[in-house]
Amino acid sequence: MTTQSSTLTQKDRGRITDRAFWLLCIAAGITVLVILAAILVSTLQQSWPAMSKAGENGFFTSKLWDPNIGKFGILPFVFGTLVTSLIAVALAVPVSIGIALFLTELAPRRIKGSIVTLIDLLAAVPSVVFGLWGIYVLAPAMTPVYKWLHDTLGGIPVLGALFGEVSALNFMTAGLVLAIMIVPIITSITREVFDTVPDSDKQAAWALGATRWEMIKGAVFPHSFGGLVGGVMLGLGRAMGETIAVALLIGNSIQITANLFAPGTSIPAAIVNYFGEAGGDYTSALIGMGVVLFVVTVIVNLLAQAIVRRAEIRMRGAKA
Amino acid sequence: MNRNVLSRRGVAGVALAAVAAIALAGCAKDEPSATPTTGAASGISTLSGELKGSGASFPDAYYQEIITELKTEAKNLKITYNPIGSTAGKKEFGSGLVDFAGTDSTVKDTDGVAAGSFYYIPTVAAPITVSYNLKGVTKLQLTPATLAKIFQRDIKVWNAPEIVADNPGVTLPATAISVAHRSDGSGTTNNFTKYLVAAAKDTWKLASGDTVNWPTDTLGGAKNSGVAQLIKQTDGTIGYVDMSDAKSSGLSFAAIKNKDGKFVAASLEGATAALAGATLKDDLTYDPLNAAGADSYPITAPTFILVKQKYDSPDKAKLVKELVKYILTDGSALAKDVNFSVLPDQIKTKALAQLDKVS
Repeated sequence: MTTQSSTLTQKDRGRITDRAFWLLCIAAGITVLVILAAILVSTLQQSWPAMSKAGENGFFTSKLWDPNIGKFGILPFVFGTLVTSLIAVALAVPVSIGIALFLTELAPRRIKGSIVTLIDLLAAVPSVVFGLWGIYVLAPAMTPVYKWLHDTLGGIPVLGALFGEVSALNFMTAGLVLAIMIVPIITSITREVFDTVPDSDKQAAWALGATRWEMIKGAVFPHSFGGLVGGVMLGLGRAMGETIAVALLIGNSIQITANLFAPGTSIPAAIVNYFGEAGGDYTSALIGMGVVLFVVTVIVNLLAQAIVRRAEIRMRGAKA
Repeated sequence: MNRNVLSRRGVAGVALAAVAAIALAGCAKDEPSATPTTGAASGISTLSGELKGSGASFPDAYYQEIITELKTEAKNLKITYNPIGSTAGKKEFGSGLVDFAGTDSTVKDTDGVAAGSFYYIPTVAAPITVSYNLKGVTKLQLTPATLAKIFQRDIKVWNAPEIVADNPGVTLPATAISVAHRSDGSGTTNNFTKYLVAAAKDTWKLASGDTVNWPTDTLGGAKNSGVAQLIKQTDGTIGYVDMSDAKSSGLSFAAIKNKDGKFVAASLEGATAALAGATLKDDLTYDPLNAAGADSYPITAPTFILVKQKYDSPDKAKLVKELVKYILTDGSALAKDVNFSVLPDQIKTKALAQLDKVS
């Protein structure tokens, strides 16, 4: 009798906690959606005065940004955001994959731990410190390198346009520092992903007489492609949203140019630079830029998902 | 540190002696003991409460100095000043989030502050230097027109005929000029460009504002210190920087030709002379840019505190009045340490009279 009632209550209790846990999870999930929706709605609403006048102030279509005469063309900012984050990803991805491969396939167990700690430490450095280091150390140190690149490569037709006149602060330096900032993120994710590659796959590759590189190419990469793209996207997201380091390093010149050594600007840098002294439509335009950045990030993520899906179909057969 | 505070108090004491009404309190303050001040005239040390302000970052160094000083002098008074920018400060002031606001510019319709609900109280002013880094050149003179041409990139080398003409007897190198400006929206940019509009009307094409549409081959640095760093880093760079950052970065600054045709280097005395040469409007706003007077440094920027005409509680009104009064009188001895010029007496008297109307 007593045992029966106790099992019953235990069962009840189990059901109640189960129910509570379920509710908690649902609530947490909904909270994210609600917060996102609230951000989107309120920023859209606040940016509406500028966006609704896109026809006259050229919000989406113009590259002329001059708040004094009510012109809010955001193209140079979008351009700068994309250029710096693409530089960052292009530089960071090979390095990160290299580090991750080294850690999972090559490194002796003894030094593995300390390298992981060091990389995690890099992720803990505040972005303003990266920015200050960039402005005081990296920018002056890189100027001669840029000058040399300009002198040697600047004369090549078409390609030479990328290596124009060198400015003390520019897209390249901002991209370089962003690359250093996103290396830890991409590295730690790719490392986790590489770790999940089944040993049997690797052993199979070895057994077929594959070299180390062939094993990595044939067993590790196909298995971890999805996670790899995910890691790169996280890094890209961080690079696109990075504010202070870019604001310090990009030179804050509102222009669209192919020259990577020219000063430029980015969406987050513009928001942090101008918000304090903005008012009226100017403020709405800045908030509108935030909305655009949000949308661009979503588009990039959707693209990434599409890439992953197609690549998985190609690499692993039509399973996915 | 402690010694420093004490000596500052000494200076404050001297300034007090000049203002006879509160001399007594000044003497009492020189004693580091905890004796409560009895002088009713300078009630600041007996006050208690909380005051919040926000706004312009330009006078922030001076206001923070005042706040630090008051921490030791009036222990029950809690004052904060948040340098979030003039426009944002006005917005907070208008919506009642802060008790006073610092601003470098006058109130516009879009700022969210109701007309007739506030007073302007001018506090201090400071010169904006035209700082440069040019190897081998320690003395540089510029006319407003040349300055305008440099900053809008009509002139791109240091030995351009216009600069040579401004500097007889100086050998200028053929170094390329790079221009550094503020990347953030700033009252300093506003005042600098307003000056160029006033003094080089026919040459300057970029108009004025907290940000202007700078030529694309110029560099933007964050805040005054960012611009100072850009100048320091590259030979041939010129930019506008406030006095304290220019000094602490060890930059050299150019002498600018003023309205009377004299070349005057940036200095606190030059700024005070410019204030004396400026015309004060009825609401106590004034524009010392391009002011008359042989000793006036022409790029001098004013700054104001906005106070409400009527506060919700008389206690709050009293606190605000005492604080601003302190900034204008006793506290002004601290201004020099942080490279700000105090107001000439005729402006100060009017500012105190305006302050008295607050209730």
